[in-house]
Amino acid sequence: MTQRYEIRLSGSGGQGLILAGIILARAAVLDDHKVTQTQSYGPESRGGYSRADVIISDREIYFPEATNFNCLLALTQEACDKYLFDLRDTGTLIIDTTYVKNLALAADNTYELPFTEIAQNDLGSAITTNVLSLAFLVKVTDIVSDKSLEASIARSVKPAFIDLNLKAMRLGFKLAESYRN
Amino acid sequence: MANIPQKVVHQYLRHDKKFPHVWCAGCSNGIILGAIIRAIASMELDRDNLVMVSGIGCSSRMPVYIDLNTLHTLHGRAIAFATGIKMHKPKMKVIVVTGDGDCTAIGGNHLIHAARRNIDLNVILVNNNIYGMTGGQCSPTTPYGAFATTAPYGNIEPDFDICNLVLGAGASFVARTTAFHVVEMQNYIQAAIEHPGFSMIEVLSACPVIYGRLNKKGGAPQMMKEFRDNSLPVTAVDKLPPDQVEGKIIRGILRKEIRPEYCAAYADLVSRVQVTGGKNDAKI
Amino acid sequence: MLKTTASKSTKAKTPKTPTPAGPKPSAQRTKSKLNELQRDLERKTIIMQGNEAVAYGALDAGVNFFAGYPITPSTEVAEILSAELPKRGGTFIQMEDEIASICAIIGASLTGAKSLTATSGPGFSLMQEGIGFAKITETPCVVVDVQRMGPSTGMPTSPAQGDIMQAKWGSHGDSPAIVLYPDSVKESYELTIRAVNLAEKYRTCVILLLDEVLGHMRESVRLPDMATVRVINRIKPTVPPHWYKHYDENQKYLSPLASFGDGYRFHVSGLTHDVHGFPTSKSGEAAEMMERLRKKISYNIRDLVQIESYEMDDAKIAIFAAGITARAAKEAIVMARYEGIKVGLLRPLTIWPFPDDAVRKMLRAVDTVIVPELNQGQLIHEIRRLTKDKSDSDVLTIQRVNGQLITPNDILHKIKEVI
Repeated sequence: MTQRYEIRLSGSGGQGLILAGIILARAAVLDDHKVTQTQSYGPESRGGYSRADVIISDREIYFPEATNFNCLLALTQEACDKYLFDLRDTGTLIIDTTYVKNLALAADNTYELPFTEIAQNDLGSAITTNVLSLAFLVKVTDIVSDKSLEASIARSVKPAFIDLNLKAMRLGFKLAESYRN
Repeated sequence: MANIPQKVVHQYLRHDKKFPHVWCAGCSNGIILGAIIRAIASMELDRDNLVMVSGIGCSSRMPVYIDLNTLHTLHGRAIAFATGIKMHKPKMKVIVVTGDGDCTAIGGNHLIHAARRNIDLNVILVNNNIYGMTGGQCSPTTPYGAFATTAPYGNIEPDFDICNLVLGAGASFVARTTAFHVVEMQNYIQAAIEHPGFSMIEVLSACPVIYGRLNKKGGAPQMMKEFRDNSLPVTAVDKLPPDQVEGKIIRGILRKEIRPEYCAAYADLVSRVQVTGGKNDAKI
Repeated sequence: MLKTTASKSTKAKTPKTPTPAGPKPSAQRTKSKLNELQRDLERKTIIMQGNEAVAYGALDAGVNFFAGYPITPSTEVAEILSAELPKRGGTFIQMEDEIASICAIIGASLTGAKSLTATSGPGFSLMQEGIGFAKITETPCVVVDVQRMGPSTGMPTSPAQGDIMQAKWGSHGDSPAIVLYPDSVKESYELTIRAVNLAEKYRTCVILLLDEVLGHMRESVRLPDMATVRVINRIKPTVPPHWYKHYDENQKYLSPLASFGDGYRFHVSGLTHDVHGFPTSKSGEAAEMMERLRKKISYNIRDLVQIESYEMDDAKIAIFAAGITARAAKEAIVMARYEGIKVGLLRPLTIWPFPDDAVRKMLRAVDTVIVPELNQGQLIHEIRRLTKDKSDSDVLTIQRVNGQLITPNDILHKIKEVI
């Protein structure tokens, strides 16, 4: 049981969270873990709610949805409010302060960064918020290797966007490293 | 056709299996079946590669009597079944026999989409202006004001012009004839089978027992006479003053044009994809 | 498996399997870009969606005809097959609606194709008449129903298990059904192949029920090597055309099937028919036809029924669940066993015909049965039918129809109520 690691990536439609979930899941496969990735989203392609769950384990994964997260990424206030209480006590919380202004609960392991703003300013497009924040998450939790994440991004995004996304990934790593210090 | 002896019909019937047939005396369905058989025989088509598909209704009982590959399907769905057959074995000739209710009410969607795709099916649409098998309810082609068991006070709905409907949907071969014009019908059926693409022939058919009685049309001979006297070949329409065309049945091949046939287009796509290897999906 | 033995190792012993007519095994095909892709797919552990697994299962089972209509949450099956079938010379067509889709796959099957369609709730309802037609005309085909929350449009991206009874009784009239129900991405692949095989063997419409969560879920999976995949093809008649009966009574009611174009020129009708397929209204022939439909299923229960038994050996409490709910149950069982509670799971892979004997036998050993399901009570009635000796308090249910899954904690909670 202790091997089961639950991650929920949450926000709204169009933020690329399901793709981020797929990237993370694929990276976990490259690291030889067992993995499931599920999602739930509203009918809208843009806006509405959206979440992706990734469960990584070394034993058989039975239930594929996250119910008691080891890590929660919240890119919107609504998502943060909705899912915060399902984060386990020792869990890691990562929030995008561009949209999340109020934190109902002070978790020990909280990382706050304006990911969307950074993506917009440093990478020229808010569209990279998903990979930026995912790379940050990976670095902070150490759940998959950097190498696998890179390989997974290269396989999961359209060829024209690989460079941009790898750039976002490296920035995410850097932010995580400097956050720790 | 004169050189084809009448007994050719019998060579094509499953006379040892399922006769007598279900049709009423005076019904045009037998005439239409005869024309189909003579068309097939005179074209010397390989029976093993011929399929007749039908839906539900009086005319849709036709396949059971003819010795081909035959498929009697669900109400309205003959064209959808035929599409599956044709797409899997494009070399087979597929004739669809269907009625006005079967093909323009419950099956209207399949009709227009098959016409749009221009898939090489030969639809013979037997239009008797009524639901005969269920006892005379009004159909999309029951004329305005005519009587039916579900229109006891006269039909208040405008009727479909089936040929215009199918022309509008993009069919590449459209023709109309009547059960009286047997030779013409046979010729149209042959032309339709030869045509590479979707073809639809509307055959106006007499239903003296149900439609005729409800609308006081007289017996089968009177209804046949009406087809003879009240119809015009399309070639004559331009030469006549409008008042002589008004209310007449216009017979003839209304459209015959070549445009890409669906199965051929799909075969092209397949060979194109097989050369390039298709989409390179990102599989880990 | 084949790759290691057949590649460079020079085991002269390995006999070349005689290749019967039909497509050659993939290892022997000529080298092409496509085959490389295929091999990659078959060898490595990858992440794959349930719907993707269905599509690739269909291809590996030899499906060469797909007709469908877009509907959430099954659309990926159509999307993948629209890309893959042309590569393999198969046919993909997007029809004008689901009714046309089921009709087209039946037409193609009568012409010799292995055909399949995929849909969800509303589309499954529209297909019911066609499913009945496939059953009465004994035409092989497969319908994949990725269940979503209903009734009506319901919640298109939310899971529910509301179509369990519809899969059996959905089409009017009385006819037996073969319905399979996977619980993982890998099993979606395997049961799709099995569905196609059973359709060919039993000449009927086989239904594969998936849960929405499973259709959309991605999971690490290593598909079996193609060489280990068993593919069943329909039996072709060998008699001369005038001897051919389209519904001939053969061993265990499984009879040869000719295709249009083979020279047999048979008649197929949705009307009640005699052994040749011609309409009949004779009560004797009608009864014979109905018996045939029933017996070809009921005489072959052992071949059709598959169940999984998980931690049942010493169980005092049994959970009976299918699909995604069974996965929650397994998680709950792990948690309960950690606390020393003896609980196990029975899971039907074949949901219809219902695994009566197996369930009866195994349930005899337990005191209590819990039936969690994402509906207002469907499987529970089958279990109650088989557990007449138990009082109502021994047969418990968890039912949920709000678009959310039943979680392991919900089931654990119920287990603890019992002890």
